[in-house]
Order: sequence, then structure tokens, then C-alpha cells
Amino acid sequence: MAAHGNPTGWRRWVYSTNHKDIGVMYLWFAFIAGMIGFGMSGLMRMELAEPGVQFLPSFLGITEDHARHMFNVLTTGHGLIMVFFMVMPALIGGFGNYFVPLMIGAPDMAFPRMNNVSFWLMPPAFILLLLSTMVEGAAGMNGFGGGWTAYAPLSTIGHPGPSMDLAIFSLHVAGASSIMGAINYITTIFNMRAPGMTIHKMPLFAWSILITAFLLVLSLPVLAGAITMLLTDRNFGTTFYNPAGGGDPILYQHLFWFFGHPEVYIMILPAFGIVSHIVSTFSKKPIFGYLGMAYAMAAIGFIGFVVWAHHMYTVGLDVDTKAYFVAATMVIAVPTGVKIFSWIATMWGGSIKFEVPMLYAIAFILLFTVGGVTGVVLSNAGADIVLHDTYYVVAHFHYVLSLGAVFGIFAGMYYWIGKMSGKQYPQFLSKLQFWITFIGVNTIFFPQHFLGLQGMPRRYVDYPDAFAYYNKISSIGYEITAVGVLLFIVVMAKTLFFTKKTVADNQWGEGATTLEWTLSSPPPFHQFNELPHIK
Amino acid sequence: MAGDVHHDYHLVDPSPWPAVASLAVLFMMVGAVFSMKPEATLFGAQGASFGHWFFGAGLLGTIYSMFAWWKDVVKEAERGDHKPVVRIGLRYGMILFIASEVMFFVAWFWAFFGAAMYPLHHISDMGTFWDVISTDAAWPPAGVETFDPWHLPFMNTLILLLSGTTVTWAHHAILHGDREGLKKGLWCTVLLGALFSCVQVYEYAHAAFAFSGNIYGATFFMATGFHGFHVLVGTIFLAVCLGRAYRGHFKPDHHFGFEAAAWYWHFVDVVWLFLFIFVYVVYGGTPH
Repeated sequence: MAAHGNPTGWRRWVYSTNHKDIGVMYLWFAFIAGMIGFGMSGLMRMELAEPGVQFLPSFLGITEDHARHMFNVLTTGHGLIMVFFMVMPALIGGFGNYFVPLMIGAPDMAFPRMNNVSFWLMPPAFILLLLSTMVEGAAGMNGFGGGWTAYAPLSTIGHPGPSMDLAIFSLHVAGASSIMGAINYITTIFNMRAPGMTIHKMPLFAWSILITAFLLVLSLPVLAGAITMLLTDRNFGTTFYNPAGGGDPILYQHLFWFFGHPEVYIMILPAFGIVSHIVSTFSKKPIFGYLGMAYAMAAIGFIGFVVWAHHMYTVGLDVDTKAYFVAATMVIAVPTGVKIFSWIATMWGGSIKFEVPMLYAIAFILLFTVGGVTGVVLSNAGADIVLHDTYYVVAHFHYVLSLGAVFGIFAGMYYWIGKMSGKQYPQFLSKLQFWITFIGVNTIFFPQHFLGLQGMPRRYVDYPDAFAYYNKISSIGYEITAVGVLLFIVVMAKTLFFTKKTVADNQWGEGATTLEWTLSSPPPFHQFNELPHIK
Repeated sequence: MAGDVHHDYHLVDPSPWPAVASLAVLFMMVGAVFSMKPEATLFGAQGASFGHWFFGAGLLGTIYSMFAWWKDVVKEAERGDHKPVVRIGLRYGMILFIASEVMFFVAWFWAFFGAAMYPLHHISDMGTFWDVISTDAAWPPAGVETFDPWHLPFMNTLILLLSGTTVTWAHHAILHGDREGLKKGLWCTVLLGALFSCVQVYEYAHAAFAFSGNIYGATFFMATGFHGFHVLVGTIFLAVCLGRAYRGHFKPDHHFGFEAAAWYWHFVDVVWLFLFIFVYVVYGGTPH
């Protein structure tokens, strides 16, 4: 370190070994990817606003046949972008990088240089994914349209062009980035907690990142294997997923969901952590049942590994297998309930302040509960036969992710933007932003429950006239949400570029007890040169 | 600034290698795709015209950044940046990396066990198309001539187990400050690793079943092939340690680079034992 001090200019970012700078880059990256992913969902909602196929052909100037395929390319791209390039980089790469070392009293991450390659692998991965939409996928058409799950045989013989191969490598690269990131978090948390900070005194956000990181290390390599088999089936004639050579397309689904189910907890656990901090801060009370909260997350993470086939009830599993996966899946409701009720118990009798992060946190608890409850409905193998691949599923996972994980990101941004930038967000505009977004996303997704119960299939460009009413409402909801998202950009721009630095070390007062609030806003380039001692 | 720091953690200097490696990976991946799809076009350019060049350049760039990066790590280790607490962190890191590697092999064993324990189980009375491939639900599939596990595969098992003992010899030599013993132990290990790879290549060349077109070849070659790749990586890792041994690196109380290589080597060894037991012996059928 010694001689050259803090690097400046472009080298500060490109050569970075500083967890806060890398966290900020992750947040910007997630923002850019999120805008693209959000734009894709806009195209889908505009197409679905009316029955028939008209918006995409006229907007993109393509034939109706191409538009049908393009719609599926959009669902695929939207899913992959939001999962791998928006939610994960924001929650884990962004907030995790910036705040885990601060919270545990560490000067940086355990492997600062590997931290940077974790970030810098993300733009290449994202470019690979974007390229995949621009080259041939299905015969004669551009892009891969097989959904983010990329089931064989649609992802093998169904898309002979290079599009799928680019998507596969995109996931390999993003996966390598995440595995290195996860190893970094676990090592940092195990090895670099400040003197006196035992694991049972560690803030819940650090706990959530720790458990998330374990899920990543243990699940992503299985995805890597699964998509490598896709790659060799596509290009080198192996028959892992091809029955004509003794292979089995269901194998892909098993491998994918062995990764895919932990992945959904990877996206939500960090949001749990953020919400715990916010609820405690603005109720001016320590979190209710701290240890229970920590071990509930551990339990959710563990059970998350043994429920994967509940995504596969329609593939022909035998009834005993289904019975097991139903029971195991429902068990997850128990630790999840521990968390929901502990948040409520934290607020109970608290001195609650409805600051913007708290609004988002309360909305998170409400909306995540809605998504969790429809999850219990879907966990029934019998009910799922009817609901599988309908908009009910779309509504369910958008309630837990778009209205859960993404609200966690919004909550975290408002909670920590003062700490990260030293500048405070504008109150009125931010509250307006919350309410518009809240109304918008619920208008999009709540009617989709009805559409699903009525049998509307997901991942399709068109629908019978009978589904027109709720689809119209859902698309109007998107327009409202778009206003909310634009307002978020305005709020952030106003905060970052048109506000003076005025934020105190601890802007939230005595409710905010974690170590990041003992530092200046923004924190020094290297914090804790003198390690803090925790009593 | 350094004077103010009152902790032993390693605040790493800014480094170009992560970004350079990432850029190289981008070229390598795009090149790989269009090498596999030479007929396809990217922005009007045909895959055959640039695929191999991109892949080659990207691969070289990736390998060079890895080399330069680890060179920096060794330099930092030798100048004393790796205080005891940092070495504990490196241990965690290596253990977790190996854990992720184990999960990678889980995927290949999953494919293998699925095919071997339930051969074509999902095909029953489903009509003419399926009859073609359900004529024989045996494992190994009809017509596949497997290897005799007690021939070259068993010899390779012994080679790897022996190399596990020689790497332990080298480790004990470090602990006792015996540099000559370290070099001898490592030379033996590297040579045994190379011998294993040679035998494996010989065996591949004499396989009576194809890589493509059948699930036996797919699971056999991909599982043992990825293991073989890991043997290669482990051999290089140990060879680097050997080079460092000649340069006087490693002290009795400070030699984590060596230990990491040894852990990795044992991991590769254990994966082989699973492959040998299940792929070659238990589900190897009756060799011809």
C-alpha cells in the first residue's frame, strides 16, 4: 500500500481493490442492467395489453412470426437479466460489498483483488447475453426464446444457432464471478470480524450474506455442470439430454432446479437482512428474536437445497416423490413465518418512524407474505398440476422477487444512500416514488393471479379475448410503475448531483446500531485502520 | 499511510489483472462460440473468419493474466504480506474453492448415476419411436465394450495413491526444513501426475465406445475428462511449487502455497477413487 496512497482517475475503478468502490460499481452495473431488463418487460406488457399480436411487429418492424419468437426472447432476457445482472449484483455485489466489511468491523474484503475480478467478469457476461439476442437462435430467427430455465430439448435441438451457446457462456462467466464473490464473503465474515464480534453478535445483513454465499458456492457449480452438458449436447454430439442416445431431458430439469431453487433464496435472503436492519432502526428497538432470525435464514437456506423438484410436478414424478417434495416445501413456511412474525414483533410497541426505507420495508413484509402464501398454494403437487406454467406462477414469483427482493433493493438504497454518498434523498419526491411504485407493481401483478387461475399460460405472446380485461389492467400497472422508476432516477440524480453533503455519521439516530453508522458519511477510503472492539 | 494501519490484514495494491482477465475471457468466450458455429455470423462476419483467432487470443490473454496475477501473489507472500491471519483466510478460500469443485463433480456424477442406475427408466410402453431406443434397458448399454477396471485403470489408481504419499513426503520435508527431500517428493508427485495423464490418454485412444451418440460415452468421457483436466491443473500447481522450491521459497511455518496444491491434489485423488469405484468397477459391466 504505502507509497502511492489512493489511486485516482479511471485506475481507481478499473484496478480497484477497494470494497466500497467495487460495491458502487456493482450498484451502477445493476442499475444499467435493471433498466434494460425493465425495458424488456415493458415491451412484453405493451404487447399483452390487447389480444392479438400487434405491438411488437409494428414497434420492432418485424413479421408476426418473428414477433412471436421475439416475445419469448424478451421473457428469457428479462428473466436472466433480472436474476443474474440486476438483483444479484445489487444485493450481493453492491450492498454486500459495501456494507459487510463495515458492519463486521473489517478494513476490506478478504481477497480484494479477487473481489475486483468478480465485478469485472459481470460486464463480459452481460455483453455475452446481449449478443445472444442479436445472433441466430431458433432457425432463421435471432435470440434464444426458451425461457431463463433453458430446458432441453428447446435449448439443444430447438435453437441450433449460436445464440444459446452465447447464453450458456454468459452464465458460466456470471457463475464464476458469483462463486468467487461467495468465497470472498464467507472468508471475510469468518476471518475478519472485529475483536469481540462473535458470530452471534454479527448483524443480520452479514448473516444473510454469509448464508447466501454458502448457497452460491454449493449450487452454482451444479448449474455450471448442467449447462456444460447442454453445450456438449449442442456442439459435440453427447446425449446427456437426448433419449435417442439413452439420455434424459428430465436430468436437465433436476440439475437446473438443484441450482435454481437455492437461487431464489440467494435473491431474497439479502433482502431479508436489509429489512431486518431497517425495521429495527425505525422501530427504535433491537430486532425481535435475533438468534431465531439468524437461524431461520440458515434453515431456509438448508431446506432450499432439498425441495427442487417442486418445480417439476408435471414431468411425471411418482406420487411418493411428489409427496416428499410437497411436505419439504411446506416446511419452509415455518422459518419464513419466524421471520415475518419477528419483524412484526420488532415493530410492536416500537417508536416507529415512517421514513422512506421503512415504507419499503413494511411493503416488503406485506408483499413478500402475499408471494409466500401463493407459494404454499403452488407447493401442493395436486394444485400445481392446474397452475403450473400459468400466470399464477408469474404472479407468485414476482410478488416474492419484484415486490420482495426489488423492494429490498429500494429499501437498501434509501437506507444507505446517505451513508454511501453523504447526501440525503429528497423527502417528498421519495415518498411519492414509493407510493407510485407500490401502486404500480401491485396493479401489474395482482390481476395476474386471476389470469392464472383462469388458465392463462405464461411465456406466450397472445391470448384469447376472455383474458383481455385483467391483461389491460396489468399493462396499465406497468405504465404506473414506469413513472415510479423514472421518478427513482430523478430522486437518485437529485440526491447525487444536486444536493450538498450534509449527512451526519448516524443519520437515523439511536435505532441504528450497526458499525457503519459509527463512520463518516461517506466512509473514509480505508476504514478501521484501528480495529473497533465490540463489547 | 502504512504507518497508521494497526491490523495484519492484507490491503492489496490496485491491480490491472482482474480487468485484463475479464476482457480476455470475453474474447475467449465469443471466439469459442463462433469456433463451434463456424457457419454462423456475428454482425455480418462469418464465425470461421474470426472464431479461432478470438478464442486463441482470449485464451492467451486469460492464461497470461493468471500467470501475472499469481506471480504478484507469490511476490506478496515472499515480502511478508501474508501475516498469520491472512494465511487463515487463504485456507478458508482454498477449502471453499475445493467445495465448489466437489459440487461441480456432483453434476457429472448425477448424470452418471441417473443413467447407470435407471437406464432408460422413463421409456416404457410409449410407442414405436421409443421402442427403438428401449430395446435394451441395460447398463452398460448394449454394444458398449467397457474397460477392464483391473487393467490400466487399477494401475492408474495406484499411481494416484502413490502420488498422494509422495506429496506427503514433500510436505514433511518442508516441515523439517529438508529442501532436498521437498524437491525429490515434488518431482515424484509431478512425474506420477504426468504418468497418470499419459495412461489416461492412452486409454482414451483405445476406447471401444464413442464420445458422441450414446449416454455411456457422454458420462464416461465427460466425468473422467473433467477429472483429467483437474489432474492437469493439479500437476501444474505442484510444478509451480517445485519451481518455487528451487528458488528457496517455503519455510517450515509458512508454506500455504504448497499446502493448497497438496489439498487440491488430494481432492483430485478422491474424485478419481469415486470414478474408479463407480464408473469402472460397480457400473462397469462385464468387460470384454
